[in-house]
Amino acid sequence: MKHSVARSLEKYDKAEFGFWLYLLTDIILFASLFATYMILRGNTASGESAAALFDPKYALLETVLLLTSSFTCGIAGLALRFKHKRMALGLLVTTLLLGLAFISLELNEFATLINEGQSWRTSAFLSGFFTLVGTHGLHIIIGLIWGAVMLAYIIKTGVTSDSLRKFTLFSLFWHFLDLVWIFIFTIVYLGASL
Amino acid sequence: MSQLVDFFIGRLSPEYIPTEPITLAAAIGLPIIALVVVGFITYTKRWKWLWQNWLTSVDAKKIGTMYMIVAVLMMLRGVSDALMMRLQTAVAVNGASGPFTSDTFQQVFTAHGTIMIFFVAMGLLFGLVNWILPLILGARDMAFPVMNSISLWLFVAGMMLINMSLVYGGFSNGGWLGYPPLTELEYNPGPGVDYWIWSLQIAGIGSLLSGINFFTTIIKQRAPGMTLWKMPIFSWSVLVTSVLIMLAFPILTVTLALLGLDRTLGMHFFTSDTGGNPMLYINLIWAWGHPEVYILVLPAFGVFSEVVATYSKKMLFGYRTMVWALVAIMFLSFIVWQHHFFTMGAGANVNAFFGIMTMVIAIPTGVKIFNWLFTMYRGRITFSAPMMWFMAFVVTFTIGGVSGVLMAVPALDFQVHNSMFLVAHFHNVIIGGVIFGFFAGITHWFPKIFGYKLHDTLGIWSAVLWQVGFIVAFIPLYILGLMGAVRRLDSYSDPTWQPLFITSAVGVLIICTGIAVLLLQLGYSFLKRKELKDTTGDPWDGRTLEWSVPSPAPHYNFAVIPTANHRDEWWYRKQHKLTKTPKSTFKDVWLPRSSGTGIIVGVLAGLAGFSIIWHLWWLLAICFISVIITVIRRTLNDDSEFQVSATELFHEVGKGR
Ligand SMILES: [Cu+2]
Repeated sequence: MKHSVARSLEKYDKAEFGFWLYLLTDIILFASLFATYMILRGNTASGESAAALFDPKYALLETVLLLTSSFTCGIAGLALRFKHKRMALGLLVTTLLLGLAFISLELNEFATLINEGQSWRTSAFLSGFFTLVGTHGLHIIIGLIWGAVMLAYIIKTGVTSDSLRKFTLFSLFWHFLDLVWIFIFTIVYLGASL
Repeated sequence: MSQLVDFFIGRLSPEYIPTEPITLAAAIGLPIIALVVVGFITYTKRWKWLWQNWLTSVDAKKIGTMYMIVAVLMMLRGVSDALMMRLQTAVAVNGASGPFTSDTFQQVFTAHGTIMIFFVAMGLLFGLVNWILPLILGARDMAFPVMNSISLWLFVAGMMLINMSLVYGGFSNGGWLGYPPLTELEYNPGPGVDYWIWSLQIAGIGSLLSGINFFTTIIKQRAPGMTLWKMPIFSWSVLVTSVLIMLAFPILTVTLALLGLDRTLGMHFFTSDTGGNPMLYINLIWAWGHPEVYILVLPAFGVFSEVVATYSKKMLFGYRTMVWALVAIMFLSFIVWQHHFFTMGAGANVNAFFGIMTMVIAIPTGVKIFNWLFTMYRGRITFSAPMMWFMAFVVTFTIGGVSGVLMAVPALDFQVHNSMFLVAHFHNVIIGGVIFGFFAGITHWFPKIFGYKLHDTLGIWSAVLWQVGFIVAFIPLYILGLMGAVRRLDSYSDPTWQPLFITSAVGVLIICTGIAVLLLQLGYSFLKRKELKDTTGDPWDGRTLEWSVPSPAPHYNFAVIPTANHRDEWWYRKQHKLTKTPKSTFKDVWLPRSSGTGIIVGVLAGLAGFSIIWHLWWLLAICFISVIITVIRRTLNDDSEFQVSATELFHEVGKGR
């Protein structure tokens, strides 16, 4: 038996609403992590402080990568809407590559810090830093997996109303991560030198 | 070689097998019970039936029943913990040793609080909401039926994990909220606290998903015509509770995760050295913990609103003020958390702010109590079991509320902080509010789910025994608290306390008989289900839409989605003789298919929790990948529903009547 169009519209309407709610809970999650970080920021256990450890220029590069990926993701959604399958796929691949570059830079930063003896075991401040930034990174990794699945799905089923709606949710998630990163960039990296 | 072995077995070791007689008995007993159950199902060849009709079901009513079963079993566990505690304090005076060692006692009070809040109260809450919410809204199901099943199985996974700690590894001894630095690795190297963290984490994520599910259901699936202001109060209370869940549970997730990171990866969030800040944990956990109290009690308020109106045969008094009271409590509950630790030393002004905010909550709560009483005023009241639970609630909850306002005065709180007075207070509000409320709700809606009523006299007896037992058990604790007895005390030296502790133990025994009568009520009603059968679908002359369908409610809830133009829609229809549904209104119906996704995710989450606790990183990786694959497969599956045609439905309804 074939599914009626109205029925599937109703389902996606609910799914999108539910997804917004999930994003709301994720905001609370990040807010708690931000609060924790800000409270523990000074607790360096007589180790290096944020100003000495973080390089805002490096973080700016990460920011540019992620912002660009958000932009290409948005354009990919538009392309999908206008049924330009090739272009949408190309832009989605670009988005994922940019995300991959972002997460590589982040992991590289983590590795450098740890090699310098500045791991999450060093102080409460660094525990807070690794957890806050790491949680965002984990979200990015999940986003990358999701994006890859979207890619395969669109290649397989083509541009349908189904794939369009599924893509909308992914793109919401990706923009949301961008937004969280702006806060991380401002509070953790720019705030370090204050 | 030994490194390879370590990799595979983590920190599993024979040293964690229990040795104390009591824990050993439980450790042997629990698996035996499990084996008997498994054996019985295998012997009666019920596995396929169980799998198809229950374990993979996405029908909210069945999911609710499964929550209820877990919650009732866990209540027996939690009550035996309470009995053990009061036995200990009845005896252990002046150097006399009680039946339990200090270490066992610590595990017992931790288990009692943890299990009662997370697996009994939360279980009853989710059970009841699943039973009734779609029905009372005139909907067929929850907004996300499969996610609902995932919530259930995460809850079950958490429950299994926390009970497993009894069998292997020991329960946490850190109290029900696991305050650091006591729960840090330095002072608590064993797996008990890890069991506690990860089982609550898993169950908590299930709760969070439920919150999203309930909220979406209320916003998107109300019957046509049912505006928010025409919604029955029970659904309003669930709406407010789900907002609280969505805002508070992420904080719990973070708090538990940070403690877990401290313990597993050697971080320093809450350690007493290297910059850690234990008070940060206490602030975070109460920023979740206080709203949690309202998450539990508001749906109980919703239940009472329906119960009192139904059994008084009157429209609920002050519907709008009821709603505004709920919303006011929702906001206020986020700005009072600091009253749990006035003694932190935040300063007089901070304490004054939180103290006053706490007192302010008494106003909307009082409004609700008076609204219920005014609903009863000049009503034609039937004093059946749900009303008895309500009356017990008014007495018990009001006493608890008053002692709560007392403790909201910081100066007074410094005296009774962490004393038996506090213990008495929160049992007053949680048993009186939450437990009595859910019992009233279960009795009220039982026929809608099972098709027969619960025996009324036995229900009344249970309510009376609970009420009497409660007073005998907890009034002495108020006095003890004022005399200086602190909570979590396993022995004391002042012999004048002993009579009060013994009285309290007697009270617990009376409550136990109340529970026994409650179970008897369930069993006896089942045996007499023919006589107690509800043939009308509307045994209490109900007011809201769930009573317009036959009992037990069919799996699709409503053959025809009703239109609701009135707050008490079903009552209105009965008054105006509009209760028949013409054949022309029947339409084809889409229903969700059963799905194994929930139970699979539950099993994987349980295994993942187990592997973190025992440092089995390879198993954790496997679980993680499997969960991702399961979720991807589920989200890409577009064929998740089946159809029931209009004619089929019409004939089925004809048979039922
Ligand atoms: Cu509180």
